[in-house]
Amino acid sequence: MDDTEKIISEAETEAQEAKSSRALYEAKMKFLGRAGKVTALLRGMKDIAAEHRPAFGKKVNELRERLEELFASHEEKVKARELAEKLQSEQIDVTMPGRKEEKGALHPITRTRQELIEIFAGMGFEVFEGPEIESEYYNFTALNTPADHPARDMQDTFYLSDGFLLRTQTSAGQIRLMEKKKPPIKMLSPGRVFRSDDDATHSPMFHQMEGLVVDRGVTLCDLKGMLDEFAQVMFSGEKTRLRPSYFPFTEPSVEVDVSCFACGGKGCSLCKGTGWIEVLGAGMVNRHVLENCGVDPDLYSGFAFGMGIERIAMLKYGIDHIRLFTENDVRFLEQFKN
Amino acid sequence: MKIPFSWLKEYVDTDLTPKEIEEKLFSCGFEVEELVYLGKDVENVVTGKIVRCEKHPDADRLTVCTVDCGGYGTKQIVTAATNVFEGATVPCALDGATVKEEGGSRKIKTGKLRGVTSEGMFCSGEELGITDDFYDGAEVNGILILDMGTPLGVDIRPIVGIDDYIFDIAVTANRPDCMSVYGIAREVAAVLKRPLKHLVETWFHPVPTDVKFSVEVKDPKLCPLYVGTYVKDVKIGVSPRWMRRRLALMGLRSVNNIVDVTNYVLLEVGQPMHAFDRKFLRGDKIVVRRAEEGEKIVTLDEKEFTLTPDNLLICDGERPVALAGIMGGLNSEIKEETSEVFLEAAVFARDSVRKTSRALGQRSDSSARFEKGVYEIFPWMAMTRALILIEELGCGTPTKCTAVGNLNSPSEYGGIAPKMIETTYDQIDGLLGIHVPKEEIYDILKRLNFGVTDMGASFSVSVPLERGDIDGWPDIAEEVIRMYGYDHIVPTFLERATVTRGGLTEAQKLELHLKETLVGEGYFEACGYSFYSPKDLDLLRLPEDDEARKAIVIKNPIGEDLSVMRTVLAPTMIANVVRNVRRGNESGKLFELASTYHAQSLPLTELPEEHKFVSIGLWGEGDFFTLKGAVEAVGEAFGAKFSYARGTLPFLHPGATAEVFLGEKKIGWIGELHPSISESLALERKAFLAELDYEAIAAVYRPLAYRPLPKFPEVSRDIAVVVDEGITCAQVETCILHACKAAVKAELFDVYRDDRLGAGKKSMAFRVTFRSEDRALTPETVDGYFKKAVNNLKHNLGGELR
Repeated sequence: MDDTEKIISEAETEAQEAKSSRALYEAKMKFLGRAGKVTALLRGMKDIAAEHRPAFGKKVNELRERLEELFASHEEKVKARELAEKLQSEQIDVTMPGRKEEKGALHPITRTRQELIEIFAGMGFEVFEGPEIESEYYNFTALNTPADHPARDMQDTFYLSDGFLLRTQTSAGQIRLMEKKKPPIKMLSPGRVFRSDDDATHSPMFHQMEGLVVDRGVTLCDLKGMLDEFAQVMFSGEKTRLRPSYFPFTEPSVEVDVSCFACGGKGCSLCKGTGWIEVLGAGMVNRHVLENCGVDPDLYSGFAFGMGIERIAMLKYGIDHIRLFTENDVRFLEQFKN
Repeated sequence: MKIPFSWLKEYVDTDLTPKEIEEKLFSCGFEVEELVYLGKDVENVVTGKIVRCEKHPDADRLTVCTVDCGGYGTKQIVTAATNVFEGATVPCALDGATVKEEGGSRKIKTGKLRGVTSEGMFCSGEELGITDDFYDGAEVNGILILDMGTPLGVDIRPIVGIDDYIFDIAVTANRPDCMSVYGIAREVAAVLKRPLKHLVETWFHPVPTDVKFSVEVKDPKLCPLYVGTYVKDVKIGVSPRWMRRRLALMGLRSVNNIVDVTNYVLLEVGQPMHAFDRKFLRGDKIVVRRAEEGEKIVTLDEKEFTLTPDNLLICDGERPVALAGIMGGLNSEIKEETSEVFLEAAVFARDSVRKTSRALGQRSDSSARFEKGVYEIFPWMAMTRALILIEELGCGTPTKCTAVGNLNSPSEYGGIAPKMIETTYDQIDGLLGIHVPKEEIYDILKRLNFGVTDMGASFSVSVPLERGDIDGWPDIAEEVIRMYGYDHIVPTFLERATVTRGGLTEAQKLELHLKETLVGEGYFEACGYSFYSPKDLDLLRLPEDDEARKAIVIKNPIGEDLSVMRTVLAPTMIANVVRNVRRGNESGKLFELASTYHAQSLPLTELPEEHKFVSIGLWGEGDFFTLKGAVEAVGEAFGAKFSYARGTLPFLHPGATAEVFLGEKKIGWIGELHPSISESLALERKAFLAELDYEAIAAVYRPLAYRPLPKFPEVSRDIAVVVDEGITCAQVETCILHACKAAVKAELFDVYRDDRLGAGKKSMAFRVTFRSEDRALTPETVDGYFKKAVNNLKHNLGGELR
């Protein structure tokens, strides 16, 4: 059994030369495989005298163990090297652009509308959408604006056939809802409205969001409280100011300004130096309007407010031209992805 | 409404600056849109007296003047003007001065004219921004020569009447009483807590006359009040400068004293008036009636109008003499030789004036004012004021002949009963949400000319006659709070209200679901006008009897381009694509979810159906199948199983048009825009469009429900079949799926054409998924299914396994 050291040294050489785990395996099999040298030695045991066999067997086992150890240690090294090579070869330029599914975007009007809805939905407002083609009754008469009322001149109306028109305001939704539902009411009515105005700052079609609250004991202070909340969420922490105005369907009527979020109220070009930005019209629901809907104005009171969604979006995103909303230029729409 | 500060101060004594008054007006509901200082472009211009004029040594046309500018010293000014003379007092723009120039101002500096130093410039009326109505001689060709005795070395602005401010005030539609200087003065006095001076300080002195006028109002609804007074001994002439200046400040040109008085009263009181030459009023009679069909009138501006019974006329005993509330007739105009006048102050129904004015295209200051509305007290105030002014100007003698045409109002001045409103302090506080002290309420209402009677817990107010807008106690609450101040309103949060549930309905959420699905597919949401041109329907080459042609028409559109309501969204999408490509946007994906409008009958007799469609479009990158992918994504998002069949639409490529079905119902289409339409639009990109009936899709949506995972694994097999070119993917797919229940999905993954397959043949490769709910599928079973599918393909479509 002088072969032992020789076999070990042969194995050492072969293992050293094996450059891959495959080659190493093959080398290992030469010694430890079925047709390997160790097996051959064991096979040769039958030619050895019986009294020497235990010693021989022990030697062979020792050899096997040493070989296994030897190959195991090489295996470890080869695997480590191979892994290192693999990792090296798989290195990528991580600064190259990523691949993604190109997404589109919601229109800024939809986006703003959703934002507004979320603010008021959290305060218990349901969303009610009325028809865009309305009757004169719902758009004007029921809103305390009879045929010869000067307020009909305030809004240039698109007329269809007799008695039908394109709604000039989402306030028409107030009436339709109150006819169906009795107080308490908290409603938002967003949608398209139409006025025959077409110049740099007016579009013949735009979007409004009407809000209505009718319940017992609702006051002007409640209107102020709710609009303060709205201004805080929508324009982050700004305050509101009420000033007198006129709408036929509210009494008293107010214009609502928010303190300028661009300059913090100091006066800048956005607020034209006043520190305030006009954002919406509002007021306490006119008693005649409640009566027209079969709501007893001696039991219930309410307030309504209405805002232009385009205007809110323009303020919020700094959009400078109302036309952009309907031109559908992809370079504009792409900006509303995030 | 333009209001000169100086005129306002005639009625309200105040030391406040115009800016401070602007803020006060703003707080009580009158926004000053513009506050202009008339003298803003004229600075450092002072009066000076020319003490010596000499010829310029080197220029014949120039004169070298020595000017005594009082405290500013003696200046040498070179001028080209020819109307200067020694002893003349003139406006001198000294070094550093600015004067008016068209569209702005220009600076004056000391300089040399042909070698001679000039320390400034003399000014013309134009350079001061004035006309003859501000200062006589302002319009002469040359320098403005000031009156003798004008002090020297003083600011020119007060002298020529431009040291004044003009407020341009936005007056809300409910306040026609504030469409005048006196009306605004009333508000200013109330908000400043200052007394308001009376419009009429002294009465006029009417003389008896034998002349008798009669007024007959045939349509009292259109003319609720007509007041007319006969004025004799009229001497037509020029109005005094103060009156001409005020008219000029408000943009009115002086005509003659009588006409100026009517215009002055319009501005001051807010009541349009008209003066007829009595000589031309036949029969000393006024008849207010509707015009007869085809009746004609020639107005002061020499325009002839053919009328209808919608137009109200003022007639004398025989013929029309004025278009009521709009303009007088040429036949009874005030002329230089007019010696007797019949003055009119009336109330005409605002919508009648508006309709006539619009129908005839004839507008005037009078019609504009009537359109806002006047109340019955106004004619009385106006007539009184006009007669006082006529007496004051000495241009006529008011007589006791005042004729009134009206059914309701008493014929005595000021005899109209005020409206009474009763309310409680609690009602006012309850609406506002704050407590306003009793004394404040009193004080505010009294300042606004209301009469107030306290009755303990309640009080009653008498409404001033000029406040036709006050209708009930909430109006009283508004008067109180706008004067008390909105800053007293404290925010509260519906302390007594009931909790309500908010948020979107399921249907509203679904719309967002659709939009988000398409956004996820890379499409941008678009928003188009709800109306377009009838030509847009022509562009689609729709037949005359197509349903989409039955569009609702706008009676008064902005233009033909925006005149019919959309029945189909595609034209808007096409326009979007064209606009984008023209702007260099090479490719894009858009969608719009919007209503289309469908009339049950035209003209409308009931509200039309508003039906929501989704329109999808793409150009540049992508093709028919990209777009179809978006449609499929919509189907998946709604659990709607769409099927597709080749179709034809006049505006789509005949070889690339699919109709989309949901069950048996056709719910839309997909296709490539017809190349000849692209060509006609000069659209150099292929455009692909789809339009789907959103409501039909939303109707099949079912709320999400979990299904247990399949107990047994799916098995998939690929099958490639050679068929005729004409066989569609859908046919093969259906054929495979019909082979057995276990075939749950057949997806095309390759189409291959080769000569070896034979002419007019193609090979289509599908991945077929088999699944059974109740057992594991053995390879043998699947082999059996596969064979069935192959047989089906062979029998039904003549397909051969490849």
